[in-house]
Amino acid sequence: MSEGPILSVEALHKYFPVRNVWKRRVGWLRAVDGVSFDVRRGEILGVVGESGCGKSTLGKTLMGIQAATSGRVVFEGHDIAGLKPHQSRKYREHLQYCYQDPGASLDPRWTIRASLHEPLVVHTTLPAAEREARVREILAAVGLPETHLDLYPHEISGGQQRRVGLARILTLKPSVVILDEPTSGLDVSVQATILNLFLDLQRAFGLTYLFISHDLSVVRLVCDRVAVMYLGRIVEIGETEQIFSAPRHPYTQSLLAAIPRIGGARVTDSFALEGEPPSPTNLPSGCRFRTRCPRASTICASEDPALTGDVAQHQAACHFPD
Amino acid sequence: MTSELIAVRGLRISFASDAGIARVLDGVDLTINRGEIMGLIGESGCGKTTLARAILGILPRNASRIDGGDIRFEGRALLDLDEATLAAEIRGRRIAYIPQDPFTAFNPVFTIGTQIADLMRFKSPLLREGGLSARERRRADHARVIDLLRQVQLPDPEGVLRKYPHEVSGGQRQRLMIAMALLPEPRLVIADEPTTALDVTVQAQILKLLKTLARDRGVAVLFTTHDLGTAYEICDRITVMYAGQEAEEAPVASFFDRPSHPYTRKLLDSLPSSENGIRGIPGEIPRLVDPPPGCRFHPRCDRASEVCRSSRPPSTPVAEAHTVRCHHPLGDVT
Repeated sequence: MSEGPILSVEALHKYFPVRNVWKRRVGWLRAVDGVSFDVRRGEILGVVGESGCGKSTLGKTLMGIQAATSGRVVFEGHDIAGLKPHQSRKYREHLQYCYQDPGASLDPRWTIRASLHEPLVVHTTLPAAEREARVREILAAVGLPETHLDLYPHEISGGQQRRVGLARILTLKPSVVILDEPTSGLDVSVQATILNLFLDLQRAFGLTYLFISHDLSVVRLVCDRVAVMYLGRIVEIGETEQIFSAPRHPYTQSLLAAIPRIGGARVTDSFALEGEPPSPTNLPSGCRFRTRCPRASTICASEDPALTGDVAQHQAACHFPD
Repeated sequence: MTSELIAVRGLRISFASDAGIARVLDGVDLTINRGEIMGLIGESGCGKTTLARAILGILPRNASRIDGGDIRFEGRALLDLDEATLAAEIRGRRIAYIPQDPFTAFNPVFTIGTQIADLMRFKSPLLREGGLSARERRRADHARVIDLLRQVQLPDPEGVLRKYPHEVSGGQRQRLMIAMALLPEPRLVIADEPTTALDVTVQAQILKLLKTLARDRGVAVLFTTHDLGTAYEICDRITVMYAGQEAEEAPVASFFDRPSHPYTRKLLDSLPSSENGIRGIPGEIPRLVDPPPGCRFHPRCDRASEVCRSSRPPSTPVAEAHTVRCHHPLGDVT
């Protein structure tokens, strides 16, 4: 496609102050530390990493739930990172955020109809009849009968609540939806239904997804491209197939090696990676992964590797990539 | 001498809920041999945690009722023992527990050392032997604690004992939990989804550790999980549960090679993979207040017939040590 990226992130930083008991700042927690990437129109970009790597902070900073410390977020041609909430509201209407369980964000005292009308009341000036038509259309798209409009959240099942939550996100016709751990905590049989719903909706509404997840097997199936994060940085980014078949960064390699594979060699017989990620308040010098990396040498302690690659589609931040 | 360590037979447990009496376990059989790692697999709400808790005798007494069946552990009927005997001789001694969430299992206001010392005061295996003064026993116990903390690969064991729970990471807390479960030298460890709260790289480390330690000591493990991949990693045998009934029991190789219960097959098919794509199981898990009669899976099963609606299938062998509870098991010409 010749079109530019729909969402472009440049050198985004989000630092949280670390304070002692007297509220004096004693350091910074660098949750997102210089992240740059583009999201193409219509693609599903996976963001994977372990807990504490900054993937959720990244999503929330893009969304404006948290203000960025520095950097640019260009969404449909507008830099929205530095804007005040009321200034960016009209752009953010088309950028939506989906929490782990979108059903849990429904007001228990509102009917489904009231919940679905709310975003339209806040963001648009549509008359009630047009709003109602839009709500019905979306409800049908997520596979719920119209009779559900008059029910309260407790009267429908958890899976249906999830669908209503999704419908609520879609009423404003977003172009990019950030999905934050959409399948964690679900049983495999239910997970499949939810994933298929995401894919159907993507086709039906021409959506672009930023798919934040720690579940690599799901990411492999769903995403077009994958970014792997470690301690606030993207350490590797590329086409899903390339990342999974030929990972270049040692962290990505260990992450993939840790997934249990039924029928294959047991991970517990061969898994070599030791230790746990260091605290993001006290990062190692140079490459952040060097404390756990089997290939680390002196240069890794002194120089922070940049995200580079021979092919533009597959980049890794490592001094000794494969 | 039999190698059977614990045998659960026809266990039926119900819970009082707002909607009525939920029959959470409905005639469950389960056998674990000495030194064996048994995986208990099922989706949320299938009763695997209830079964684990029933074995430990820690079901909520005001809301649950045991309707029938028995649990024999080393020849003793656990359900007939009184609370004092259970607490003194079984729970935390012969049967230990590793919780799912290492974050809430510690008391935040005491150091880890204090909490382990408390455990040893009541559950130390040296208490049984006698002949030692309290002081000698404490000293011996301390040496054992340090030794075990080293075996669970905690760096600086002495230092860890002086720390508070919030000062160590999730993976380290789970290592401590494993150490604490093994300190009283139990014969059976019940691990309830012990790696669900952990990241994949840490999960691989913890699974490896649990497997090695259990093997070395000949400790049997009841490992509940909803993740088939994890079960494949660590288990010798696997039991699948569905809606409060066990559906299939098999050695791990046979389980993944030739699953016989339609539910097991569908569960395996719903794992995301490039061959299967994304496939779920149609229908929903039945409500346990009014479960379907007969085989509880029949409303979602495409092989179901009249007999499935009326009677629960008996446990039938399909291969060596591989049994299934299905009227029309896969691989059967019907």
